[in-house]
Amino acid sequence: MTFHFGNPRRVAALAAMVTAASVAVAAAQQPAPRQPPGPVRLGIVSFLSGPAASPFGVPGRNGAEIVIEALNAGTAPAPFNTVGLGGAKIEAKYVDEAGSTAQVVTEFRNLVQRDQVDAVVGYISSGSCLAVTPVAEELKALTVYFDCGTPRIFEETARKYVFRASPHATMDNVGAARYLLAKHKDVAVYSGINQNYAWGQDSWRDFVGAMKVLAPKAAVDKELFPKLFAGEYGAEISTLLTSKSQALHTSFWDGDLEGFVYQGQARGLDKRMPIIYTTGEASIWRLRDKMPDNTIIGGRGPNGPLAPDTELNRWFQKIYVDRYGTPPTYPSYQMALSVLGLKVAWDKAQKAKGGKPTTDEVVQAFEGIEYDGPSGHVKLALSNGHQGIQETAYGTYRFNKQTKQPELVDVMRFPAECVNPPNGVNADDWIKDGMKGAKCK
Amino acid sequence: MLTAFAILTDGLVYAAYLFLVAVGLTLIFGVMKILNVTHGSFYAFGAYGAATAVGIYFERGLPAAGGFLFMILVAMAIGLVLGVILERGILRFVYGKDEVVIVLVTYATFLMLEDVIALIWGRQSYAAWQPMVAAGSVEIGDLVLSNYDIVLVALAAGVAMGGYWALKYTRYGRLLTAVIFDRETAAAFGVNVTVVYTVTFIIGAMLGALGGAVMAPKISVTLGIGVEVIVLAFAVVVTGGLGSIEGALTGALIVGLCRAAAVHLVPQIELFVIYAVMALVLVFRPYGLFTQAQPRKI
Repeated sequence: MTFHFGNPRRVAALAAMVTAASVAVAAAQQPAPRQPPGPVRLGIVSFLSGPAASPFGVPGRNGAEIVIEALNAGTAPAPFNTVGLGGAKIEAKYVDEAGSTAQVVTEFRNLVQRDQVDAVVGYISSGSCLAVTPVAEELKALTVYFDCGTPRIFEETARKYVFRASPHATMDNVGAARYLLAKHKDVAVYSGINQNYAWGQDSWRDFVGAMKVLAPKAAVDKELFPKLFAGEYGAEISTLLTSKSQALHTSFWDGDLEGFVYQGQARGLDKRMPIIYTTGEASIWRLRDKMPDNTIIGGRGPNGPLAPDTELNRWFQKIYVDRYGTPPTYPSYQMALSVLGLKVAWDKAQKAKGGKPTTDEVVQAFEGIEYDGPSGHVKLALSNGHQGIQETAYGTYRFNKQTKQPELVDVMRFPAECVNPPNGVNADDWIKDGMKGAKCK
Repeated sequence: MLTAFAILTDGLVYAAYLFLVAVGLTLIFGVMKILNVTHGSFYAFGAYGAATAVGIYFERGLPAAGGFLFMILVAMAIGLVLGVILERGILRFVYGKDEVVIVLVTYATFLMLEDVIALIWGRQSYAAWQPMVAAGSVEIGDLVLSNYDIVLVALAAGVAMGGYWALKYTRYGRLLTAVIFDRETAAAFGVNVTVVYTVTFIIGAMLGALGGAVMAPKISVTLGIGVEVIVLAFAVVVTGGLGSIEGALTGALIVGLCRAAAVHLVPQIELFVIYAVMALVLVFRPYGLFTQAQPRKI
């Protein structure tokens, strides 16, 4: 019997197919080679347009970008030298916080529901934070606020999915009062000029409250509340010049701060009384020699020139200056603190589980963590471990004419438990009750 | 006594600021009956142009007075170019349309120009403090006045007197007055209303830019300054009467002095007082202080 094999080309093709199929079956039996974990998606929200972009939003965004790049490359100093979050690289989507509160909430929903981010880190405006919080809880979306200052986020209701590593704004003004009285203990009359909206009013309220506790005999003279972005402060400066004030508190920021500095300096207001700028640190690199010497400068915590001299701080300053050509200011530090806090929580949850953690697992790991960022030690000690506290620092401004660089001298640090309310006590009530339990030594 | 003097000087300085910002707006409305929201952009462009000019000039170490003049000329040149582009390029297509449409068109233009500013100058803020610092200050008791503010008041007075003289005693001014009172009759008498519109809009733009330029050394020139100024300018021109230069001056003086008094004496009502004055004037004079009620034409 003779076997006919038919067309040799067809036979060869058939043989190749059978071989390929056998190899595929064999390969399928082998365990698959290890793939790197899929990326973790983060939404980063800050002001990228409008007046708050230049002093706060863009430095915050830059802080996120530079830290995320370093984490993805595994080049951050220990203990942050593992890749990304739990070994997974971070993919960041940057969103502009500008717009109405309704738009801010819509963008938040887009990040969580449309873009399916694993967490959102952001928000500068307290209005944004207050609006986003209930939505974050509703959507069970892990959200870390990096800059907004209102204490109300956690004081009104306990939160599960929302965290804030950066301390709230109460410590800025309590710290301001403590520093002013440490350097000018004879202040008997003081005034304030703050923007007429929640930030300005809350800042002044906390400062006056702290002064009433620390210097009960000192009296308030002028309480000035010009419109936000008013720009022209001639009448206010005249009022202060013709008053008996011996010190001035202001929470002005960006354009209003700079305009007030220029106009005040042209009329010698800085020579008449010490002026405290609670957010001044964000503007010193722009104002440089236009910021008068002896101005009291705050940085919303131990940030920028007020940050401790640690390896982590030196590293952060170097990578930031190398990329952006200007030193990082407090929003950059707050963002770094927030992203690194998320990493600490994520890595902890990942290690406990042995795989990519769920949101609830990260949330559980996040509560009450303590770690060091470029601005020093932070502990999520308030509001069931959801709100961070840090020490704060204030300094006196000098423009160094030799190096032609801004400096802060006579820096005083106040421990976290000295300028933050204790756990379970509202910030406003704590100040009104005499700041009981403050540990200042 | 010193407080009263401070209220007077602060009131005059604030009035000068308001007048310089509002005079262009009221002129455009008076002649063209257009509520020009883009006026805020003229102010902003003037301020940015002045800041750039100050940066260029003072780098060369030239005398300060020249810097002040240079920044004004640069800003007004920008106002001129912008006025021509907007009037010829956008507004002339909507003359005669419903007033709401025209307001919306000027508002849309304003929003676009805000982004054009960001495209040209970026999102950072600019400083132009050199002319203000170079002007120095003068002390009167505890009160220190900036000489720059005194120059501002003098400039506003000059613009007011110059505008009044031009409208009353020059041929072109009288043509403008005729168009303000009745456009149709003026056209029937052979006045080229189209040319009057174009020239008026350009003058209004240059005055808006002048307002921005003289304020630039005092403030931080940043995105959004046009928005704030437009609201104030409207309050002033409505108080004085839309279309009236003496109305803009009187409105600016009343608002400036009331606000200065509030800041010194009752700072809690400082924001409220500007609009309270406007509301009070409108209760008794619904068309503002200097405008007569217009009979309705059929």
